[in-house]
Amino acid sequence: MFVRVQKEDFSLKLVEERFSEYTKLQGAKIGAIVTFTGLVREFQHTSEDQEEVQALILEHYPGMTESVLEQIAQTAIKKWQLNDMLIIHRVGTLFPTDNIVLVAAASAHRQDAFDACQYAMDILKTSAPFWKKEQTNKGERWVDAKSSDYNAAGQWITQDLQEN
Amino acid sequence: MITVLFFAKYRELLGTEQLQLEAESFSSVRDIAQHLSQQGSEWHSIFEQANTMVAVNQKMAKLDSPIQDGDELAFFPPVTGG
Repeated sequence: MFVRVQKEDFSLKLVEERFSEYTKLQGAKIGAIVTFTGLVREFQHTSEDQEEVQALILEHYPGMTESVLEQIAQTAIKKWQLNDMLIIHRVGTLFPTDNIVLVAAASAHRQDAFDACQYAMDILKTSAPFWKKEQTNKGERWVDAKSSDYNAAGQWITQDLQEN
Repeated sequence: MITVLFFAKYRELLGTEQLQLEAESFSSVRDIAQHLSQQGSEWHSIFEQANTMVAVNQKMAKLDSPIQDGDELAFFPPVTGG
């Protein structure tokens, strides 16, 4: 498991290095690697007011953020019997096209790796203490939480309750 | 002493990043929320919101969660990372 919160950019090379290290130590157990990358995109609030997002400022709760991400990775590794999982999330000022978040899962079979990445992102969105503030040509504003994100995370909890 | 932290929109609204409270008068998160909500209209507005999140010692908590001397509390709006 590898979890990091950082200002610096990241590269997908890290995923390759991390999982090939696993193979060196554990043998050729990995059959599938799924990676998810979240990026800052261009965004206009409404076409009328021309309010355009120029940058995002990512704030976090140092210490708690890392432990929530570790908890997410540990849960995913156990739930899908993953070989390994990696989560990197950036903080600070980010601009359109910049990377924000990277989640990667390695497992014997592809479905587990797909599901684990989806799970990690859904839970991260609603429980990891990060907050986004938009800088637009009209000023600054904190981003509101989306109910669709809470519904997505809620489905995993419902599924867990049904399984247990 | 109990340390109370505020993040993001709440930190800006209150103009406060961190404060310390004497531990004796509080036994739960609810006690602290009640005390702080009497400090002015901005303070009141935060604790009135149903979706305000709270952590005790960096773990998600509830209004009923117990607190003791040395604990670190944090109040923050719903998270928006990813």
